Amino acid sequence: MEPLVQKTLVTGSAEAKSSSRSPVSTGGGLRQYHGRQRLREGLIHAFLAVNGYLAIFLIALIFLFLFKEGFQALKTVQPLQWIGHKTLDFDGREVFRFIWQPLSSTPKYSLMPLLSGSFLVALPATLLSTVIGIGCGVYLAELASPRVRELLKPVVELLAGIPTVVIGFLALSVLASVVQSVFHTQFRLNAFVGALGVSLVIIPVIASMTEDALRAVPNELREASYGLGATRWETLSRVILPAGISGISASILLGMGRALGETMIVLMATGNAAVFTADIFSSVRTMTATIAAELGSAAQGSEVYYALFFVGSVLFTLTFLINLVSEIVVERMRRRLRL
Amino acid sequence: MNTAPAIAPQPDKIEVQSLDYFYGTEQALFGVSMDIPDKQVTAIIGPSGCGKSTLIKAINRIGEISNDIRIHGDVRLDGASVYGKSVNLVELRRRVGMVFQKPNPFPKSILENVLFGPKLHGVKDRDRLEEIAETSLHKAALWNEVKDKLNKSAMELSGGQQQRLCIARALAVDPEVLLMDEPCSALDPIGTARIEETIEVLKDQYCIVIVTHNMQQAARVSQSTAFFMKGKIIEYDDTEKIFTTPAEKLTEDYITGRFG
Amino acid sequence: MKLGRNIVGVFFEGLCRGCALLVCVAVLAILGFIFVKGAGSISWDFLSTAPSDGMTHGGIFPAIFGTVAITLLMIVMALPLGVAAAVYLNEYAGRGRGARFIRAAINNLAGVPSIVFGLFGVGFFVLFVGRNLDRVLQTGLLFGQPAMLWAAATLAVLVLPVIIVTTEEALKAVPLSHREAAYGLGATRWQMIRRVVLPQALPGILTGAILSISRGAGETAPILFTGAAYFLPRLPVTKLFGAIPMINPLDQFMELAYHIFIMATQSTNVELTRPIQYGTALVLLALTFTLNLGAILMRIRFRRKLRRA
Repeated sequence: MEPLVQKTLVTGSAEAKSSSRSPVSTGGGLRQYHGRQRLREGLIHAFLAVNGYLAIFLIALIFLFLFKEGFQALKTVQPLQWIGHKTLDFDGREVFRFIWQPLSSTPKYSLMPLLSGSFLVALPATLLSTVIGIGCGVYLAELASPRVRELLKPVVELLAGIPTVVIGFLALSVLASVVQSVFHTQFRLNAFVGALGVSLVIIPVIASMTEDALRAVPNELREASYGLGATRWETLSRVILPAGISGISASILLGMGRALGETMIVLMATGNAAVFTADIFSSVRTMTATIAAELGSAAQGSEVYYALFFVGSVLFTLTFLINLVSEIVVERMRRRLRL
Repeated sequence: MNTAPAIAPQPDKIEVQSLDYFYGTEQALFGVSMDIPDKQVTAIIGPSGCGKSTLIKAINRIGEISNDIRIHGDVRLDGASVYGKSVNLVELRRRVGMVFQKPNPFPKSILENVLFGPKLHGVKDRDRLEEIAETSLHKAALWNEVKDKLNKSAMELSGGQQQRLCIARALAVDPEVLLMDEPCSALDPIGTARIEETIEVLKDQYCIVIVTHNMQQAARVSQSTAFFMKGKIIEYDDTEKIFTTPAEKLTEDYITGRFG
Repeated sequence: MKLGRNIVGVFFEGLCRGCALLVCVAVLAILGFIFVKGAGSISWDFLSTAPSDGMTHGGIFPAIFGTVAITLLMIVMALPLGVAAAVYLNEYAGRGRGARFIRAAINNLAGVPSIVFGLFGVGFFVLFVGRNLDRVLQTGLLFGQPAMLWAAATLAVLVLPVIIVTTEEALKAVPLSHREAAYGLGATRWQMIRRVVLPQALPGILTGAILSISRGAGETAPILFTGAAYFLPRLPVTKLFGAIPMINPLDQFMELAYHIFIMATQSTNVELTRPIQYGTALVLLALTFTLNLGAILMRIRFRRKLRRA
């Protein structure tokens, strides 16, 4: 906390001039104490710094380790193999196939089915959660009476606190049957069921971030709008929502990051068939579920093991980029509203 | 003009010497020189943003807690630079107590607030601590109001009582100088009157520097007054002289309410 | 004109109300459903005995024990490190570019998928740290295999950003005026932190700790391969010096969330064991909800107190 004090010049009395000193700094914060006090402050500072750097080091390690292991896979698996492989169909014609089959005798490492699976769950989930989450956030921030809000906010937070394995379990045992009887789907477990489950996880994220963004909009703007004769909805839709749009967009991005990274729900509810498809009622397998399902049987140091770390690296990079953009968007909002 | 008023009976406690004070690149004080005598009240007046608070925060070096600062010139306490290499900030701030603009008691009991400083500095003896608490609260004219509820939270006191508690808290570490940064700006007239009475009692024992935007207050409580504008000292003299026959046109304009 | 304006407003406001209602209904439905389906399974026997008959009967005691043990181990590792790191970042590191970068990295880490932490746990803790410990200490295959220690360490890294961020928020909420007052009385930096900042930030820090425990207790993906066991006939307990019973951090363990996953997807008879699945889900929900509710109430009180101060 104690910043740099630079004393560059001492003027004034003759005495002061004669004792003119070189620039001094209190940045270290220790010079200002004496004896045992200085020793104690120094030790505590050092202890806290070690902890701080250890935490940061651990965080950096995740990054390094994931990519170090993932990189190993690039040594044996050709770049094109990550996309697909050429093969002969039944008529003897050469076709390009997108297959993830790391454990077959000729391992196939196409990421396309996994990517399509991940997005086939994450996009619908994000879309659904955006509508419901923003609606819920707007209600919480602008429409609900303080009493209702005090009651409703914990409910939303409780939803965020439900372990994902429980949601996955319900999606698997109950929701899947409901979806099948309503939509008459071929597969009981499919991307749509997974998306419904995942949206339960990201609705609270979007709802509470939307609420925060709207409540951060200064009251003066509301008063100005009402003062000009606008109705509550006009104030909301033309003044407050535009002012909070960055925060809301960030929440959607963050929700999408969560949806891509969600593991247990998709592992339990999407059927886990690694097919390259755009059919939302097809069984799919996401990147996360692939890691969760196959790491257990992959021997350390095998090609599959490294391939799974490669999938992990791709997943990490994707979510990291999404989170980064979301953070930049929020930062921009803060600056614009001068918070 | 910028030296101590002639009638000051005591030697100078604080000497500010050609002080330039920068927050980052922004200069807040320009070549301020001013000698502040002991055992009396010195008031600093001037319009908002004129550098009043910056000056007193430069004396106990509180200004550098939350800002990156740079200085030229010097501030001396009993002849020794407070910006010197061997200065112990802890000791400096024990000797130079401070009361802030808004009452800022800790969310602890009244007693814990008063004894916060003494405990920091290693006073452990319970009788001694009790004695310190009682004398400090007496000096701040708060004892009679709180003696029966010393263990109640300080947050339950009124604003004026909180501010006097902060004064007691500052006095409990036995300072030589008491800096007061607009101590009454958050108080009602009754609270203000009580603080002024307290200052009146304390002035014989401490070197008190009070920043205020309230000219009547400066006239009531102080013996010397410095008038600041835009980071410069405009006039510094006996309070009576400043308020009756100011030497500078700017001072006259200000005290007659022509701006500010 | 006026009417048209109102109709649009009424429509969209109704929509928002509907969304909020939907969320409430969903929460109540999930809770209610699990409660109704699971309450029948809950009995003293269910809570206090181990699974039997190839996991088709019996209770879930080892899973409850494992969950409590691993979350305790996790918080013991994560809380001191996280709080100390937050104090360093907020009170010492300042607001320079480096500190900003670190803060952004920590924020970002909170959004990293939990399965990535699982990968990290296997690759780093079990195979790298564990195997190398074995090699250096000549312990054969003691450390280099999935164990509660590594699962707890993985979860600790997972909740570390949560703890750092909530602690920093709590530290930031302590007003500058209180810091100035402490410095003004001659406090050193550490005295100021210990006597003024930390006491005021304590409720906020505890809230973060409780949230982390709840998060850790509910996570499954990070422990899939770092130590959770399908079925373990014994508790992960050992005798220290042959006498004092203590949790054995090098043993594998059963865990509630993992138990639900296993029973619902890999059980020999999924339909027969449904009551056990609902019962386990109810216990896990009760556990995490008590923790979350505690954290929420604490935060509400904390915020009120701050507002008054």
